[in-house]
Amino acid sequence: MAEGRGQITRRAGLRLWLAGLWLTALVLAALLAPWIAPKDPLAQDLFLGRLPPFWVAGAEPGFLLGTDSLGRDVLSRILYGARIALVVAVVAGSLTCLIGATLGLLAGFLRGWVDTVISRLIEIWMAFPPVLFSILLIAVIGPGLSSIIIAIVVIDWTRFARVVRAEAMAQGAMDYVASAQVAGRRRGSTMWVEILPNVLPTIVVLLTLEMGIAVIVEAILSFVNLSISTDDPTWGGMIAEGRSSIHHAWWVIVFPLITLFLTVLSFSQLGEGLKDRFDPVLR
Amino acid sequence: MSYLQIRHLSARLVGAKDRLLRDVSLTVERGQVHGLVGESGAGKSMIGKAVLGILPQSVEIVEGSIELDGVDLLQLSAAERRRRIGAHCALIPQDPLTALNPSRRIGPQITDRLVQILGWDRTRAETRAVQILGEVQIEDAARVLRSYPHELSGGMRQRILIASAFAAEPKLIVADEPTTALDVTVQKQILKLIAQMQARHGTALLFVTHDLGVVSKVCRSLSVLYGGMVVEDTAVRPFFAGPQHPYARALLAATPKYTDPLASLQPVPDAVIAQVRQEVKASDKGWFHV
Amino acid sequence: MSDLFEVSDLRLSLPDMARKPLLGAAPRIDILKGLSFSIAKGEILGIVGGSGSGKSTLGRAMVRLLRPTGGTVRFDGLDITHLSEAEVRPLRRRFQMIFQDPMSSLNPRHRVGQIIGAPLRLHGVEGVQALALQALDQVGLPRDFARRYPQELSGGQRQRVGIARAIALKADFILADEIVSGLDVSSQAQVLNLLEALVMDLGLTLAFISHDLSVIRRLCTRVMVLHHGKIVENAPVDEVFSRPKSTYTQELLDAIPLPDPDQPWI
Repeated sequence: MAEGRGQITRRAGLRLWLAGLWLTALVLAALLAPWIAPKDPLAQDLFLGRLPPFWVAGAEPGFLLGTDSLGRDVLSRILYGARIALVVAVVAGSLTCLIGATLGLLAGFLRGWVDTVISRLIEIWMAFPPVLFSILLIAVIGPGLSSIIIAIVVIDWTRFARVVRAEAMAQGAMDYVASAQVAGRRRGSTMWVEILPNVLPTIVVLLTLEMGIAVIVEAILSFVNLSISTDDPTWGGMIAEGRSSIHHAWWVIVFPLITLFLTVLSFSQLGEGLKDRFDPVLR
Repeated sequence: MSYLQIRHLSARLVGAKDRLLRDVSLTVERGQVHGLVGESGAGKSMIGKAVLGILPQSVEIVEGSIELDGVDLLQLSAAERRRRIGAHCALIPQDPLTALNPSRRIGPQITDRLVQILGWDRTRAETRAVQILGEVQIEDAARVLRSYPHELSGGMRQRILIASAFAAEPKLIVADEPTTALDVTVQKQILKLIAQMQARHGTALLFVTHDLGVVSKVCRSLSVLYGGMVVEDTAVRPFFAGPQHPYARALLAATPKYTDPLASLQPVPDAVIAQVRQEVKASDKGWFHV
Repeated sequence: MSDLFEVSDLRLSLPDMARKPLLGAAPRIDILKGLSFSIAKGEILGIVGGSGSGKSTLGRAMVRLLRPTGGTVRFDGLDITHLSEAEVRPLRRRFQMIFQDPMSSLNPRHRVGQIIGAPLRLHGVEGVQALALQALDQVGLPRDFARRYPQELSGGQRQRVGIARAIALKADFILADEIVSGLDVSSQAQVLNLLEALVMDLGLTLAFISHDLSVIRRLCTRVMVLHHGKIVENAPVDEVFSRPKSTYTQELLDAIPLPDPDQPWI
């Protein structure tokens, strides 16, 4: 058995490395965008509109991935877009995780009336259609980065709460919890010291998934023009703009799409990889 | 006359160097009960699984033969092997709670095999199901066949699994720790039932267990395993009179016996473990396989 | 000899969630139906019964993992039946428990040293590390096991860790709940020998829950047989095995398959 597990870990290692590599590159791009971006992402030049990427005939030097219909450099906009994408991923992902996981842990471990209240809340919450809910929310508090983050947290905390609650409940039935009680550990302490480390791998996987989801939600909201101002470069905004010229300037939509896809994939792989690598139970 | 003959069987995890089964040879006579005894990790269940062709995909057989009625199963095509095993062999599983599909009625779970593998028509299969349930002392067979597993008690389910194993008149049944999860009083009833059915149908039985007490009650012969290796293979009476191999002797001395509290439950001496490990290692010396 | 545990008319019922109506309380099932017995200091009491006999529930009620619904449990003269968890907590260092499944009772994400040291730390004992290492010595495990995780250990070794955790606090009473039933016979014998030696050396009082009369015969001084939540037999071990009073005990004895082909059985 041990041997078979070893093989899985090796594959997980590669996965972790590739995902980590892409995400590190993205973080660097976001931090260093002003220095490494070849052009100003907002600079328009209608004479340089819809230039193809460098390997296609008709490309201009300096515009590696071509330009959009307003002559803005696609590569530079993707690099700057990484800033918003990562801020949304990290902030929205962490907040969602913090709120959802805490409520889930409390409900699953303490049970009783705490569980009843939180579970009912989750059920009622989940009955709202999420997209409509977020559009409504942004309509009320106005568009902007913080609105997007709030919308994601408000919609997605139930995802964490449900999974963590079920996991905490399963762990709570284990004898090591009873033995902590025999040892004289208080309930609250048991939750943090005994239960949390066993639920943490699940939380990490959910968190990285959620970061990917946050990036997608931001893109969707940009796509329907509910995100930040249309000038600011966001991947979703670029995809929305690129849609109109997909037949004669495919690069405007394809490169942001690939970036988005790789980023979301990397987040989920990072979570699985971290779990396989650092969980003492699986190791 | 032997029905099942395993010769020099070796298995390992795919791609691994060490073997899980080491040159295992054993024989089950027609209509006789042979015990496979060992502690956890000794490979006893794996032998049963190899015979039934249900080894996990991560395990590969690297050497040896499993002859069923003179035909080596390992030389057959996968389809032919499945057909032959399905027609002549059956399993009594360990856990009566998970061995039945909870979302299907009992009836089809017994008759499916008869219809699909043996090609019986449905009416004949259903008649047979009622008859075989009667044999394991289930009175209202018609009602039981229409029930779902969760509507029946654990003891009842174990009876059904035994009935199901015997339904197609197999020549060989592998019983994989069939009473491990049960209370002693229930265990006694179930063992009696298996013994009765085995004798009535003249089925050969490969009985996998960790309990030498159980072996002494139901088996005619036994193989004692350690580290995937057979350390002793003998008839029951001489074994209990005095095992030959030091490990087998230590295992017998470790087995609880309330009538003799001082001589039983003896820890296996470290020297014995060291010796049997040495033998396992030595058996690997002559073994080269890429 | 004085009694460490005095139990009288102990009753415990649990709600039957399977038959709970949509609204209102679930019907209750009686698990323990009025048990009275005592455990003398230094005694090794075997508690035996089949599944559903209530033996594990009894154990958990004694160490107050469960709250009895009726009767009294006295520990060293003190009525602990209805104490709140906070009131029981200071007493807990005097009665410890070893669990059946050494896998699920050891937190898989804590190292062995942490697991053994936790009860000491919680009760504010000085020199946790030294005491934890000493406990490892006492159960015959190498000291460097303190840095390992439970899943890196064999079943027998894990159960020794469970024992080390229970004895580290120098408790007066230890409850062992089916602690050898998941082990191979070779480790079974080792764990029993260890437990016996520790009881002698440390002057422990032990309640040993098991379904296996053979194991009880080997270890215990007195046996209590439970059947459907009632005590059907409570006598010194030799008496129970030579002249069992209840038919249920006789039935249990007859059902044990001895490793002896000459035993009349089937």
